[in-house]
Amino acid sequence: MKKAFPILGLLTAAFLSYALYQALVVAPQEQTMGDVQRIFYYHVPSAWTAFLLFAINFLASVLYLVRRNPRTDKVASGVVIALALLTCVGAYVFKSYLPKDVYPSSVVTTGIVIAGIYFLIRKYFSEQGTDILALTTAEVGVVFCTVVLVTGPLWARPVWGIWWTWDIRLTSTLVLWLIYVSYLVLRRFSSSGETPVLAAALAVFGALDVPLVYFSIWFFRTQHPQPVIGGGGSIDPRMLRVLLINWMAFLCFAVLVCWSRYRLERMQRDVEETQALEALLEPGGRVR
Amino acid sequence: MTYLYVAYAATWLIHVAYLSTVARRYSRLKKEMEQLGKK
Amino acid sequence: MSAPAPSGITLATLTKDIRLEWRSKDALNSMLFFALLVVVVFSFSFDPNAEESRVIAGGLVWVAFLFAAVVALNQTWARELRNQVLDAYRVSPAPANSLFLAKAIGNFIFVVVLEALMTPLFIMFYKLRALGPAWQLIPVAAFGTWAIVVNGTFFAAMSLRTRSREIMLPLLLFPITIPALLSMVEATTTILVGDPTTSAKFWIVLLATYDVVFTTGCLALFETVLHAE
Repeated sequence: MKKAFPILGLLTAAFLSYALYQALVVAPQEQTMGDVQRIFYYHVPSAWTAFLLFAINFLASVLYLVRRNPRTDKVASGVVIALALLTCVGAYVFKSYLPKDVYPSSVVTTGIVIAGIYFLIRKYFSEQGTDILALTTAEVGVVFCTVVLVTGPLWARPVWGIWWTWDIRLTSTLVLWLIYVSYLVLRRFSSSGETPVLAAALAVFGALDVPLVYFSIWFFRTQHPQPVIGGGGSIDPRMLRVLLINWMAFLCFAVLVCWSRYRLERMQRDVEETQALEALLEPGGRVR
Repeated sequence: MTYLYVAYAATWLIHVAYLSTVARRYSRLKKEMEQLGKK
Repeated sequence: MSAPAPSGITLATLTKDIRLEWRSKDALNSMLFFALLVVVVFSFSFDPNAEESRVIAGGLVWVAFLFAAVVALNQTWARELRNQVLDAYRVSPAPANSLFLAKAIGNFIFVVVLEALMTPLFIMFYKLRALGPAWQLIPVAAFGTWAIVVNGTFFAAMSLRTRSREIMLPLLLFPITIPALLSMVEATTTILVGDPTTSAKFWIVLLATYDVVFTTGCLALFETVLHAE
């Protein structure tokens, strides 16, 4: 596994370079905004990657909390399957209530993918592994979120003349960033023996908050309309292709970064455990 | 135009900064492991 | 003797806390003074006429109340920690939620008392007069205060074993309560400005939803947190 890493690293670097070329050269120039619009090919994939990572963090946190008790574990698995089935059925039954460009098939796919990730984590990660996964995805998610928050204003400034407009997407991302930074601060500053449990509880709260954040800012914006950074509306299929290429490249990159961070954390905990054991077994009974 | 390059550069700066902290912790950990291994 | 009902435990803990607080008035005094300071400092920074103050007062009022609430929340568990009451609670058969509700309701009462005392001062300093339906301010204050207090009590318990405990509470609390804060401020501003085309109803409903979601979350996870810290 470790030998694959440098090869995968080179492949990802190549993919990212190809994606960069696509974004800067191949993609058609935008009519109104010009070349600045190309920031879009880095801004949007970073946002989607960050959201995906935070979603995995939520699933890992829930798993960590429910797996401490075999009964809650079974109940939670049942709930996940039930929710997935409900989504599949509900997407077609309530087809007419869905927003304009959301198809039932994508709702069903999302539901199944989320349930799938839940059970994959449950199968392949131990209890401690789940906790490390939560920490890793939160950290890397914050990194990608920072990129979104930096590229957003850099796009807004030349196009709208202002750095920030409290527009819905950027503001929601800022709040998301704040929530996960507070999660990381709790992780670092907590000296309780059960920090993973506390952090998992905070992650669940953060995830519950996300739809509320979105709705509150959405209504705020309808009351006080302002320009929307990132543009809305339909997208040229050639641009969509470049966008997806960049997203795939960044996803590969994110996977590698998470993998390294995960290994680092695992090694760190093994070393700490060894050090603790050594302190206990020190000859003469000295405690370091 | 410059904003575009600044944005791309900033993106990679942030990623490189994070990766270098991970790498630094890695090398420090390796040293600790060697010390443990010697004992 | 059979175990007392959970509601009995909640009531007993709540009356104990209120009685203790009434005798010392520690938290209430520090909250009051803090909120007063915030109001005075803000009045120096802005010197609004009646028109402008209606637009900004919503935000100022809730920021002042939020900071004052943090003062109260920080000492929520201090007494319990000092006297190892939490350990006693963990080994007792009493449900953890009774303790949580008692603390949360106690904090809610303290902050509501603070709001009642501060509101006349705000009206005076900013020459406020609600042009919209003023009665709507009551559900806004009730739901909004509960939103801050329920999450604040929960995060106060979470931050008990952290370094810089006093900073950790606002650090955890503020991002999560942003939707509630936005709703409170917007609702208050809408009511004060009284524009007939706008209504605070959406904000009040959002606040109520927030309260339901997070009260459920806190009640579901408090036992875990209590045993974990």
